[in-house]
Amino acid sequence: MKANPKDVLTGVHYIDGDVASGYGILAAGCKFVAGYPITPSTETAETFARVAPKGNAMFIQMEDELASISAVIGASFAGVKSMTITSGPGYSLMMDAIGFGAMLESPFVLLNIQRGGPSTGAPTKTGQADMMQSRWGSHGDYEIIAISPDSPQELFDYTIKAFNLAEMYRCPVMIMSDECVGHMTEKVVIPPAEEIELEPRRLYDGPPSEYLPFKPDDDFIPKMAKAGAGYNLYISGHVHDERGYPVINEKFKSVYLRRLVDKIRRNKEKIIELKEEYTDDAEVIVVSYGISSRVAVRGIEKARKKGIKIGNLRLVTVWPFPDEKIINLAKTTKAFVVPEINHGQIAFEVERCCHGKANVVLVPHSGAGVHNPDDIYDAIVLAAKEKKKIEGIVEYKTKLEKLVFEGDYKLKE
Amino acid sequence: METLKTKKMKEVHPMENVLRMDRIPHIWCPGCGIGLAVTAFAAALEKAKIDLNKVAIVSGIGCTGRVAGYVKLDSFHTTHGRAIAFATGIKVANPDIKVVVFSGDGDLISIGGNHFIHAARRNIDMLVICVNNFIYAMTGGQVAPTTPLAVYATTCPFGSVEPPINIPYLADSSGAVYVARWTTLHIRRLTNSFIEALNKKGFSVVEVISPCPQYYSRVNRLGDGLDMMKFYHDNTEIRHGEDTKNLDIGFQSKIIMGKFIDRERPSYTERFD
Amino acid sequence: MKKDPKGVLIGSHYLSGNQACAEGALSAGCRLLSFYPIMPALEVSERFLSRAKQVGATFIQMEDEISALAAVLGASWTGKKSMTVTSGPGLSLMMEHLGLGVMLETPCVIVDIQSVGPGLGLPNRPSQGDMMQARWGSHGDYEIIALAPSSPQEMFNFTIKAFNLSERYRVPVAVMSDEYVAHLKEEVVIPPANEIEIEPRRYYEGPKDRYLPFKRDEDLVPRMVDIGEGYKFHVTGLTHDDRGYPIMNEECQEYNVHPLVRKIRNYVENIVEVQETHVEDAEVIIISYGATSRAALKAMEQARSSGIKVGSLKLATVWPFPEKRVAELAKKVKAFAVPEMNFGQIVLEVERCSHGNANVFFVHHGEKGVENTDNILSAVKQAAQQNTVKDGIIECE
Repeated sequence: MKANPKDVLTGVHYIDGDVASGYGILAAGCKFVAGYPITPSTETAETFARVAPKGNAMFIQMEDELASISAVIGASFAGVKSMTITSGPGYSLMMDAIGFGAMLESPFVLLNIQRGGPSTGAPTKTGQADMMQSRWGSHGDYEIIAISPDSPQELFDYTIKAFNLAEMYRCPVMIMSDECVGHMTEKVVIPPAEEIELEPRRLYDGPPSEYLPFKPDDDFIPKMAKAGAGYNLYISGHVHDERGYPVINEKFKSVYLRRLVDKIRRNKEKIIELKEEYTDDAEVIVVSYGISSRVAVRGIEKARKKGIKIGNLRLVTVWPFPDEKIINLAKTTKAFVVPEINHGQIAFEVERCCHGKANVVLVPHSGAGVHNPDDIYDAIVLAAKEKKKIEGIVEYKTKLEKLVFEGDYKLKE
Repeated sequence: METLKTKKMKEVHPMENVLRMDRIPHIWCPGCGIGLAVTAFAAALEKAKIDLNKVAIVSGIGCTGRVAGYVKLDSFHTTHGRAIAFATGIKVANPDIKVVVFSGDGDLISIGGNHFIHAARRNIDMLVICVNNFIYAMTGGQVAPTTPLAVYATTCPFGSVEPPINIPYLADSSGAVYVARWTTLHIRRLTNSFIEALNKKGFSVVEVISPCPQYYSRVNRLGDGLDMMKFYHDNTEIRHGEDTKNLDIGFQSKIIMGKFIDRERPSYTERFD
Repeated sequence: MKKDPKGVLIGSHYLSGNQACAEGALSAGCRLLSFYPIMPALEVSERFLSRAKQVGATFIQMEDEISALAAVLGASWTGKKSMTVTSGPGLSLMMEHLGLGVMLETPCVIVDIQSVGPGLGLPNRPSQGDMMQARWGSHGDYEIIALAPSSPQEMFNFTIKAFNLSERYRVPVAVMSDEYVAHLKEEVVIPPANEIEIEPRRYYEGPKDRYLPFKRDEDLVPRMVDIGEGYKFHVTGLTHDDRGYPIMNEECQEYNVHPLVRKIRNYVENIVEVQETHVEDAEVIIISYGATSRAALKAMEQARSSGIKVGSLKLATVWPFPEKRVAELAKKVKAFAVPEMNFGQIVLEVERCSHGNANVFFVHHGEKGVENTDNILSAVKQAAQQNTVKDGIIECE
């Protein structure tokens, strides 16, 4: 299915990430956005509020984030593509409803422009510390898809892709961006509508009396129907059978919940997207995502000039995590260097999949800024020199940490 | 001949013992009314002869939410919308503490609406100061539940289609024992309201109408802070005891101020004991 | 903080897990419970409420879980040990305030009686689906402590431990129980008050005008004060310095956030508690926690009697995870078998810390009953026969 030309602002734009995402939401054919202002994601909501009438779409500012996500899930059952936009504290508030949406297999997209945390943290500055939260934030077992764009252009492109994935897999899709990319102004090329591929909703088209809302197809995913079209939907957050009715039965519960989890786990290869270069014969591989992958490029180039065989693995899809890729690369490389703007989140996943076959060096950062590329370079050099296998994650001590904690540093306001 | 020796006087601002002087200058914009609300509050604390050691101030997120950071009391800058819930915890755990919640219209009435209603229903003994500037200012000027119809804000670029909420009416119907509204122009009356409310047991709400020159006024072509004060001067009317149903505020409409509710109800801690 | 023997109901009792939890809280000195009713956590509140008057405790049912945890944080700052109790959906709602509790470094206890999720799931069936959420549920970087009791006696003991750890490290502590243990009735022995170890709150005792709310001691934990004592302190959820005032730059973010993580990570060895049985000669070790441990220990005995050298590593503290111990054991055994009532959560941590030195078998437990050992036994048998180390987690049927 192609995009509707009315929704697509074709042309070359010079805009920031938040605005690019707003245009992407429109281009994807999303007709409902419910949001709540939170720095640094507010501009996306404002952009969409402005352009919504073009695509006959609706923006509503709800009274808080819980109401926003609930409205989004409701709208998805009313038959439209829907999404919400938030940041750290708002994301935490949405956790209950995200689990609810996962249980109902509601296809929705959630854009999280991460900021410095925890708690209120540093609202106007960047961070990447919600990555584990996107996977495990809600209670119970479920799987989500998380994408990490690294530029305004990618924010446009991957917003559209996120909607496609949501429709295909009927699960929450998180776009885990960050304040730096959100507020970065760059060239964004929006192609003509015919060049934008959209995934249509998997609608059931049989007789209403035979509709089973949760009867899966061969790929584990059931077909949807719209509310108000005569299907008498019963949608409940309780564990339910194919008709949607709550069932209290151990065996059934395991079967149903296993499908919820399997539909992503078994389709991993189709979902995961990575960008790699020079990983085949690398001594050290840098694994990164989002803004950190852009910052890492400087460190990588410097290291390459010094003759270190360095590979670059950029995770575009962070969840589901590319287990097999890391397992295989660990067998041929000496070490992984993981720069992230947090104190270790995806680094733990890399350690897990390494199975002790390669060292893992974490280059942490508390947030409110991006890495110093020299720290990444120094970590790469360290990793390349290290001959022994070190158990566990090696935490690299960055220049910032040394500045603040060693010596007489006084905080300036 | 005698020479007059002038003693070098240490310049002390009268509000210094209630303000965190190491945090001044504050972050609020020129023309903003929050500073005035804080002045009135400081004056009220002074005049009411309250033991400052026993006062806790809790605020949420937003421009008004920053008040906690400037007032020299046990102060808490908590999460968005949940200041009242946090304050309830303080009050129920230690009824001797005088609890004040100082936050904005978005924080208290939008995301915090549920907690506002329940604390009023329970009649938890606290003073809620709601500075209403009709907008979400801190995050850049989005629509708020108090924004009048047809007004422009960044998330309603074609004009708001939502009728605004009437805060005194909400407080009244939820069971608040003291409800008043003043503007930041009417500092003395505001101070007196604060004093009355601080001395009263139960859930008290004082709504403070304030200009927001950076967003609300600028986007809607209303001038700056001074112009808004002039507007308050010419378009407000005092009607004590007015039925809270009639206290809606439209765009540049007349603002009715005064003390609307002052009644007695047993407070939560009294009933609990 | 004085030891308050009033809360201690000395003697041998026949209590359910939920009731034992409430007794544990009262014995630990908890004097405020703020909650929102949710199955299967109701009995904790009911027991606490029925004993509150005689003990001098107070309670409040709030309008939702969000405000329940907010009220606990406020109450903790008045000097009262406070707790809340909830289940899966409620814990999800509490995530933002968990972050606030971490940032304000407020001691408090959150009891989560897990039931099947996601969403509403099945409120009256047990599960262990919130384990990862306890660690990663809130946004930003932080560390918390989570305990997993496997019997009513442990519900009593671990609740007291939770309060002690939360005071010691000034961090919210989660007691991750589940519907099975919560409703199970067993003997609970409550010792006299002077035999119960209570960790006092770390108070600041210097001059009032020099109090810095976030100035850390050597062990990275700052000292607290109570509201209403004249300290006139300010605390905020924004990134802050020692004075508690917000500063928005990279250096302050590092200064504020790094210790939040280090104060737990540096002391993992002091915090972590595991119970080991028969590990010295084991070929296969069953790693379990919470209700599953009951079946795990039985399965270990059954396997031993049929000739397989099986040991057990029961995790009393699930977070922080006992990385070092699992890494050490991985070098000595053929495999770990990890039964959990979920689709694989703590098993991922076991895989991470094994570093490829042992196989990791995951057992989806609970379908035939929480105390049933069939699937654990078949996993152990499979593990004992597997002589090469495979990539990744092996799922057993």
